[in-house]
Amino acid sequence: MTTAAITARTRAVPAAAKRPGLPGTLRSELVKIRSVRSTYWTLLVQVLASIGWAVLDCAGIVSHGIGPDFNPAEASLTGQVALGELIIVVLGALVITSEYSTGMIRTSLAVMPRRGVLYAAKAIVFAAVTLTLSLITSFTSFFVGQAILSGKHYNTTLTQPGVLRAVLLSAAIVTVFGLLAYGAGALVRHTAGAITSILGVIFLIPALAQALPNSWYADVVRWLPGGQALSPIARSASPLSPHLFSAWGQFAVFSGYAVVLLALGAWSFIRRDA
Amino acid sequence: MIEARGLSKRYGDKVAVDDLTFAVRPGRVTGFLGPNGAGKTTTMRMILGLDRPTAGTVTVNGKPFAAAYSAMREVGALLDAKAVHGGRSAYNHLLCLAETNGLRRSRVDEVIGIVGLEDVARKRSKGFSLGMSQRLGIAAALLGDPDVLMFDEPVNGLDPEGIRWIRLFMRSLAAEGRTVFVSSHLMSEMEHTADHLIVIGRGKLIADCPIAEFTADGTTMATIVKTPDGQLLAKAVTTAGGRLERDANEEFTVRGLSAEQVGALARDHGVLLHYLAPARVSLEEAFMELTADSVEYQAKTGAQR
Repeated sequence: MTTAAITARTRAVPAAAKRPGLPGTLRSELVKIRSVRSTYWTLLVQVLASIGWAVLDCAGIVSHGIGPDFNPAEASLTGQVALGELIIVVLGALVITSEYSTGMIRTSLAVMPRRGVLYAAKAIVFAAVTLTLSLITSFTSFFVGQAILSGKHYNTTLTQPGVLRAVLLSAAIVTVFGLLAYGAGALVRHTAGAITSILGVIFLIPALAQALPNSWYADVVRWLPGGQALSPIARSASPLSPHLFSAWGQFAVFSGYAVVLLALGAWSFIRRDA
Repeated sequence: MIEARGLSKRYGDKVAVDDLTFAVRPGRVTGFLGPNGAGKTTTMRMILGLDRPTAGTVTVNGKPFAAAYSAMREVGALLDAKAVHGGRSAYNHLLCLAETNGLRRSRVDEVIGIVGLEDVARKRSKGFSLGMSQRLGIAAALLGDPDVLMFDEPVNGLDPEGIRWIRLFMRSLAAEGRTVFVSSHLMSEMEHTADHLIVIGRGKLIADCPIAEFTADGTTMATIVKTPDGQLLAKAVTTAGGRLERDANEEFTVRGLSAEQVGALARDHGVLLHYLAPARVSLEEAFMELTADSVEYQAKTGAQR
């Protein structure tokens, strides 16, 4: 009776040729991220804040002159890293915590019960969108900043050693910050909680570490999660430089924290009741 | 087809669902009835894999839902009409769901048409009335054209026209051979839609039977009697294990005995009867009776009466 009744119905939706998985879920997450205003607001603020900071910073340097630590690439990119990251942390957390705060998670999991797939798709789409935009912001900040600095011939070019790396890394660092927040969001399922905990860890731990005796601090500084995030960019004359890894090495340490948090978030997302 | 075996869920000390075993079959509307807090939503969440059972299993078409080949083709669920991101338009909400399972975009327009949301499809769902949200939730449930449909309290907040629409709609879905599982805390709602009932109270299964049987089987049997010999009858009824309530001066309701038994008692004890009629117990009464002991928060007045 069962089979007869069901085959008698003409199916409006044909059987899927492949089991729905990551490709469809990536498309779905792209629809989600582009269909809410908070995405546009946070990204717009990120772009404006980063470039605005670059303009102010470089204009200040042009009018006040340069100090001994002056690094033209850094001057144009500090805004992106120092300010942009704060904004991206909000978006990274929201991508996942808004699912819980609105209740949308129940609907999302009812159509894609493979939780690992959903978790990965959200992270990938967020990272891709953020990285793309951050790269655009990095390069724009850099070129705008250098154009201002060129007024006094303080400027540098992408072909100088380490400069292209600094531009690329500043975008990558911002993205990793966002992924930290995403992992924290999956863990605590609460927007404010996720943002606060990430900012707390990023700013508080390095600040506390500075209270350590100098010799100890020199030993641990390369392993800190946040404060030295800028170091990959400022490679020039930092007194800490001898105690740090290379720029990419330092970035890898930072990314390691993101990997740990993303893994904890995944565990929470997959194992806990939704 | 949904099958639960020994399904249980505890939150700390609190038992939300207690050893439920039932099957929800295709081709009919199965009502899932129980007072608020009885564990209906938790059960539905476990069916969808949102919550992990503490013990037992539940399968959809023979497999745990999480192992479904194509989730949207197997189950469409409306658990909470407000479980959407209010900043997203109805169209985009449905589109992001459709994309996960690779459904064609035109299917989104189709379901919007089915539930009649064409005019507001591009508006953000934040401003939707509860009725419109319910329709959006139903559209989402229908997207994958699923074999199994699950609705949690779907008529809550709907206007009479909307209620009528959804009743007819659920019946037509069942008539197409689908499994339709719909929860409610209102017996009156079930009378209009369900063919079969699964009744729970405090997480425990109370009844699992066709709706007609539920009425006939309700532990209450009542007989309305008019007699001037009330005291005589009361004695006879009590001795026979029934109960007698006085409704008016010479009018009584006998419970716990069939009308035939009451008639025979009256003859044996020389009670003069002016009137005797079996009273059909309404579903609502039968439900109240079945769940009276298992209502979690009983109003004081009800308890004292």
